[in-house]
Amino acid sequence: MSKFHVSTQVNGDAVEFLCDPRETLLDCLRDKLNLTGTKEGCGTGDCGACSVTVEGRLVCSCLMLGVEAEGKQIETVEGIADGDMLHPLQKKFIEYAALQCGVCTPGILVAAKSLLEKNPNPTEEETRYWLAGNLCRCTGYDKIIRAVMDTAAELREAS
Amino acid sequence: MALDDRKSEFNFVGTRPDRPDGLDKVTGRAKFGADAYAPGMLHGAILRSPHAHARIIKIDASKAEAHKDVKAVVTRADFSDKPEFKPGLEGEFWNVLENVMAGEKALYDGHAIAAVAATSALAARDALKLIEVEYEVLPHVTDVDKAMAPDAPVIREGAADYSVPAGMHPNVVRYHESGHGEVEAGFAEADLVIEDSFATEATHQGYIEPHACLAMLGNDGKGELWCTTQGHWYAQKYCAAALGIETAQLRVTASEIGGGFGGKTTVFIEPVALALSRKANRPVKLVMSRSEVFRATGPTSSASMDIKIGMKKDGTITGAQGIFRLQGGAFPGAPGDMTAMCGFAPYNLTNVRQVGYDVMANRPKQAAYRAPGAPMGAFAVESVIDELCKKLGLDPIDVRLKNAAHEGTKANYGPTYERIGLVETLEAAKAHPHYAAPLKPGQGRGISCGFWFNHGGETSVSLALSEDGSAQLMVGTPDIGGSRASMALMAAEVLGIPYENIRVTIADTATLGYNDVSHGSRVTYASGLATIKAAKHAVEKLCERAAVKWGIPGDAVKWEDGCAVPSGPNAGDFDPMPLADITADMGATGGPISGHFEATPEGAGVSFGTHIVDAEVDPETGKTSVIRYTVIQDAGKAIHPDYVEGQFQGGAAQGIGWALNEEYVYGEDGRLQNSIFLDYRIPVASDLPMIDTVIVEVPNPGHPFGVRGVGETGIVPPLAAIANAVSNAAGVRMRQLPMSPPRILAALKENG
Amino acid sequence: MDYHSPASFVEASALAANATGITRFLAGGTDVLVQLRSDLVTPDTLIDIKKINGVRDITRNADGSWTLGVAATGAEMSEHPELGRDWPGVVEAMDLIGSTQVQGRATLTGNLCNGSPAADSVPAMVAAGVTVTVTGPDGARELAVEDIPTGPGKTALAKGELISAVNIPARGANGGDAYLRFIPRTEMDIAVVGVGVNLRLDGDKIIEARVSLGAVAPTVLLVEDCAKAIIGTTLDEVALDALATAASAACNPIDDKRGTIEFRTEVAGVLAKRTAKIAYARAKGEHA
Repeated sequence: MSKFHVSTQVNGDAVEFLCDPRETLLDCLRDKLNLTGTKEGCGTGDCGACSVTVEGRLVCSCLMLGVEAEGKQIETVEGIADGDMLHPLQKKFIEYAALQCGVCTPGILVAAKSLLEKNPNPTEEETRYWLAGNLCRCTGYDKIIRAVMDTAAELREAS
Repeated sequence: MALDDRKSEFNFVGTRPDRPDGLDKVTGRAKFGADAYAPGMLHGAILRSPHAHARIIKIDASKAEAHKDVKAVVTRADFSDKPEFKPGLEGEFWNVLENVMAGEKALYDGHAIAAVAATSALAARDALKLIEVEYEVLPHVTDVDKAMAPDAPVIREGAADYSVPAGMHPNVVRYHESGHGEVEAGFAEADLVIEDSFATEATHQGYIEPHACLAMLGNDGKGELWCTTQGHWYAQKYCAAALGIETAQLRVTASEIGGGFGGKTTVFIEPVALALSRKANRPVKLVMSRSEVFRATGPTSSASMDIKIGMKKDGTITGAQGIFRLQGGAFPGAPGDMTAMCGFAPYNLTNVRQVGYDVMANRPKQAAYRAPGAPMGAFAVESVIDELCKKLGLDPIDVRLKNAAHEGTKANYGPTYERIGLVETLEAAKAHPHYAAPLKPGQGRGISCGFWFNHGGETSVSLALSEDGSAQLMVGTPDIGGSRASMALMAAEVLGIPYENIRVTIADTATLGYNDVSHGSRVTYASGLATIKAAKHAVEKLCERAAVKWGIPGDAVKWEDGCAVPSGPNAGDFDPMPLADITADMGATGGPISGHFEATPEGAGVSFGTHIVDAEVDPETGKTSVIRYTVIQDAGKAIHPDYVEGQFQGGAAQGIGWALNEEYVYGEDGRLQNSIFLDYRIPVASDLPMIDTVIVEVPNPGHPFGVRGVGETGIVPPLAAIANAVSNAAGVRMRQLPMSPPRILAALKENG
Repeated sequence: MDYHSPASFVEASALAANATGITRFLAGGTDVLVQLRSDLVTPDTLIDIKKINGVRDITRNADGSWTLGVAATGAEMSEHPELGRDWPGVVEAMDLIGSTQVQGRATLTGNLCNGSPAADSVPAMVAAGVTVTVTGPDGARELAVEDIPTGPGKTALAKGELISAVNIPARGANGGDAYLRFIPRTEMDIAVVGVGVNLRLDGDKIIEARVSLGAVAPTVLLVEDCAKAIIGTTLDEVALDALATAASAACNPIDDKRGTIEFRTEVAGVLAKRTAKIAYARAKGEHA
């Protein structure tokens, strides 16, 4: 079984890898590019821990093959901060204690960032539904929703 | 009662600083179980039984072994045959090994049969298909009541311990009975007696991070293990036993843990990865799929319960009896005793009797899940209390206050309570605006109390000071709820140096003494107590060094706000000496300064909570929405209130899932039908309201700062509180969990 | 597993026609990858159709009808400024599938070809009278959506055939559609019951109607009796009750982990009423 050579961009960096066509983008990010910030919680698109954006579109990297990444722009949790400057969402998640174990956090941050880019003023209900595909078992979502809503408010004030 | 209204005698404790692991966790740098890699690493995969109960006639792995990508295949024969089998829980080493890798029989759908290590994860998965297993399928049973019936298939002869009365089915492996007074006399005194039966299905802890490990074991018997676990000393001990090596030769490092809730207090894949590594002589990484997590790791027990309670017209409970049957999978260990002891624990009862059964069935070995056993018992007991209140026209909080246990109450399970905070939580509930808020048509309000013992456990902590005055704290309890933050706060409180100057590390098994698992809500209590004592130990040395520098007796120096100061006017007139001035030249004044503490603290302090919930039921579809939720719980003393609230909210959310939608669904064939998150329905963000919290602080006399563990009690009241709310909203009493829409709609129809 | 990414539907069809073993087409992949990862279906040949020109396009034709490319995602449908105004039921049905993340990949065509009786978009498409263009070795043909699924996991597509376009009729005047499903949570579940309703009014009176049911039979059902129950009425209580009765009567469900026979049968009637009310309000130009 021959492997495919894939050239793509992750967090702005040009990268290449070889993959079996059965390997998912998640497998490739983690095992070939050492970007282990993106997590596998289910492998069936039900938990959102593997959330990334592809061409600006929020997807589960476990539901996309590595070969499909050819020529695409991919953003992961590792690309959210700008150098040593945390993204406002990252700061708020720490400030609000919006994480406990932290394994869902990368996916939730990627998803929440995508929300705020599309909708700078989401209601609580919109935020909850947007994040419904990101399971968190620790927090009951309360502090997560508050952190996202407050980040949105802060970003609106700043702009 | 809110924290912010109290004047604190603490400088650090009770504040809300950023957690030390926050940056790593928001940037993706934090390393969890599956995030470790090693040079030359192989990938493992496990072959699992498709049968609920089957004799393993033959395993032919020759084709897999012959495959070029496969470097090792292991079966039960590759593990130690030494772990002793004794009946009941005493044979836990043997039970754990038998669960890790099946012996003569596959005991449940998903039971591990064999494992391979290959050059890639795909190759390992493919190689499993090359292993041929011949099974003799046996009759199976998955339901608790059926497993106790005379004609039930026997899971394992001789597994019952001494406690089981003669004549019971061999699947009943432990029996518990306790109480005091005369329940029949109590029922005779009552104006109303209600007797009812309840059932709950097994639920899974549902941590988002699947089990994962990286293992290396040489044929010299020396090994390294990296794994996601709530207790790496436990992993060390049980892996060593399963592999037949010396405990001290295996160094275990706990990764960041992506949720556990009790489910990561044991081992599953870790001994398998070590066995594969020993055989292949290369590091082996093993990561479970979600489906494997559901099929083969610890769900909680399912339960069948009969409750009988008598009450006077004024709300006094005159007698209470509970029979609690818990199914815990194909091994002893279902917490029937815990369920029995916790159900009536919130109440001051004259006549009470409780019986618990530990029953085996063809399901995965149950593992602890947040106050193991307690939520089911509370569901049954608090539902009957609610029904009594309704029938007698009494306010459910008033009735609970009337019967509430307090300091000096002889608990239903034996001991006499010290200072406890149940009454305070009930009073806070009654005073909370939620309890008086109006309800819309179709909505109902429910309340429930809940109890958990809390635990101490074996604990070691080490604290070392650096020359620059910073401190490193080594604790042995994996951080499952923000404990590095609370440990640093407690150490800062004693040392008097800033929180940020303390680095807390979860030490590996080679660098600290034994630590019990992070369970039993014990970490903030026990590791916290040990941290305080270790810091005080270091402070004693700091005072001694200051005394030497000043040329005065050691006992003439005391510690205040991070400085050594003379203890009185007679000790001499010296300026306060800051910690960093003492550590700067500690090498010359007597050597490195550290503090240690090892003990098994016994004063964990029992915990109570009261929850209020509003639910709305769609009468046409039976769908329940949780509209409002308030958690009120005694924390003793909240060290980092954010993480106390987080525990309250997380416990409530898990309880909501258990009450409404989560369940293990087995088919007629004994196979688990819903082993993915699509069909094992944990609450999603849009399912829940904000979860309000009230931290009650009734200090625990057994902890220097008054801490009571808070992790587990929060999941005890929700099942009953929601059942009571649904009952008030829909006008039907729900006796079976989950209260899924088909069950509620059927109950509504039955009710006319 | 062989992976191909052909540049045309003809090429894709030829690849599939000549392949041996199991062949799957990859659009959004939200079903194909789950089946692959869980070892349920490991295709021998996987044909990614996303490199074919125009597969992401959403086009309004001159006659008011719509042509959707087979890889247009749920997110792209929801974000389209006009599609949802014409066919809110179809767009909302698609939008109900999975999470925001799944919406970024999932497609109508994939939902249809997966062959699940519980597929959310299918009852909405059936009610709307959607057809699909099928390209095969012998050229192209057009099939009604209700004729594609033949049983759980099975479709009417022959070897070498694949869907190459989704055709939604012109909305026309005084029409409205809606889709509702029942799930135990608020999101992320598979429908326990789904109901699609599409109708047209003359004044207050319903003159055309199509009602479809999902998750209550081996395939999505187009239920004539439900349509009859409301055609000629103003959707009054009598008509609604008749609709509910017809919907429940059409059910031939199973007991499974997601719901019971009794529950599905009962709730099909409840949802039929609720869905029809929304479609009716939309046909009247009211917000619903």
